[in-house]
Amino acid sequence: MPSYRLPRIVSSEITPEAIFLNRRTFLGAAAGGALLAGSGTGLAATLSASKSKYTVDEDMTPEADVTSYNNFYEFGTGKGDPAANSGSFKPTPWTVKVDGLVGKPKEFGLEELLAFPIEERVYRMRCVEAWSMVIPWTGFQLSALLDKVEPLGSAKYVSFETVVRPSEMPGQSGFFQPLPWPYREGLRLDEARHPLTLLSVGVYGKTLPSQNGAPVRLVTPWKYGFKGIKSIVRISLTETQPPSTWNLSAPNEYGFFANVNPAVDHPRWSQATENRIGGGGFFGSNRRDTLPFNGYADEVASLYAGMDLRANY
Amino acid sequence: MPRLPSLPKRYHSASVWGLYGLGLLPAAYAFYLGATGRLPGNPVKEFEHLLGLWALRFLVATLAISPIRDLFGINWLRYRRALGLLAFYYVLMHFLAYMLLDQRLNVPAIFADIARRPFITIGMAALAMLIPLALTSNNWSIRRLGARWNTLHRLAYVIAAAGALHFAMAVKVVGPEQMLYLGLVAVLLSWRLVRKPYLRRKRQEANAPARTAAGRA
Repeated sequence: MPSYRLPRIVSSEITPEAIFLNRRTFLGAAAGGALLAGSGTGLAATLSASKSKYTVDEDMTPEADVTSYNNFYEFGTGKGDPAANSGSFKPTPWTVKVDGLVGKPKEFGLEELLAFPIEERVYRMRCVEAWSMVIPWTGFQLSALLDKVEPLGSAKYVSFETVVRPSEMPGQSGFFQPLPWPYREGLRLDEARHPLTLLSVGVYGKTLPSQNGAPVRLVTPWKYGFKGIKSIVRISLTETQPPSTWNLSAPNEYGFFANVNPAVDHPRWSQATENRIGGGGFFGSNRRDTLPFNGYADEVASLYAGMDLRANY
Repeated sequence: MPRLPSLPKRYHSASVWGLYGLGLLPAAYAFYLGATGRLPGNPVKEFEHLLGLWALRFLVATLAISPIRDLFGINWLRYRRALGLLAFYYVLMHFLAYMLLDQRLNVPAIFADIARRPFITIGMAALAMLIPLALTSNNWSIRRLGARWNTLHRLAYVIAAAGALHFAMAVKVVGPEQMLYLGLVAVLLSWRLVRKPYLRRKRQEANAPARTAAGRA
């Protein structure tokens, strides 16, 4: 890989009208969102996104489940806590600082993030706790953002950080703190550049609700859900493998790679099957076999050629 | 020590049956919600966790009966059998929910879980230990077993400790709720260690009030 490339014309300086209007819509909604701040759903503006080839031939998990059942320990450790406790979180204004081993470090405002080519992608989501969903995300490829900052040849990894706001995130304050903050995650640069790797700004055609990681979060569908770091404020390119929160918390249970792998069990539970969320009651949710790389082996298995996936879990 | 007005004897039996009824309500209500699609998110897990949590609550309540009598002079011994049996029913339902609703009777997966996952091994051991206790929770067995009945039913201490440990080991991060149950069980079990000396002293104080009062002054 060449360590230096000719600078390109910074396309973000010429804003197409459609995106400009989209931005207006978003800012308008942001103002409205302040009024809705108690509702727990934060902003719920419609996002315009183009359809993509990335979809899954399985029923989508109902929106109500996607936005009410998830982990976001900054708001509490219960599955309903993120939706219940994120009412006072303010996802606007927002900036994401991109720095480290890059030619052009930059702070991206939310409107600049929304100016990237936004598409809808239906991905499977497999939680490390052996439940899963099928979710229509709206977002853009992380690679597009990385191209803008021009990673140096020495950059090997990408490190991510979640916002720390104890006054708005109840899980970050008080006597009991489940994890050290900020929440951190990391990817190898080739994983970060992979076309599947998405920076999501919305779900179900609307801007992300606070409980799902507003205003911008990572989605890596072939990895366990905890890799999908939420409410990102910083992205750094590094030469060495960055720390990741769950790996630091229990290294024997959560690896850096965290690729979905039915053959490697969590020490305390099996990863061979998963419980698909959605549908009514005891008999609606169903247990199904977990697929290697969560069904994305064709796309991503080559990234790990020659690696021992039992050792690098 | 202020005394609660004691329940007239004619209501004793009715109050015990009332406890069984009330005690089974959480399970019945959650089953109704889950079966009709009213439990959000992951209904099977919600139901499983609710049953496990109530099992732990009833185990703690069972172990709290004698400290309450020792310390506060309130005798709720007549409710202890019901509380212990409710704990057993909840542990059994917790296991049935796991076996039938969660694992869908995938027997190899269930055996693999029991053999390979310490928190499930511990939970299963607790259920196995509860069975002889439940089977001997009747007057006939108490008469028949005599002193051995007391020895056998000390298994309740091991079961409660196993239950709290199972709860703490099942979660990703041990939080306040797990700490609460570990703490409650630890306190209730520790009481058994200091109980005899405490009661002996209390008896001595009662027998020789003048001397004790002088000693305190």
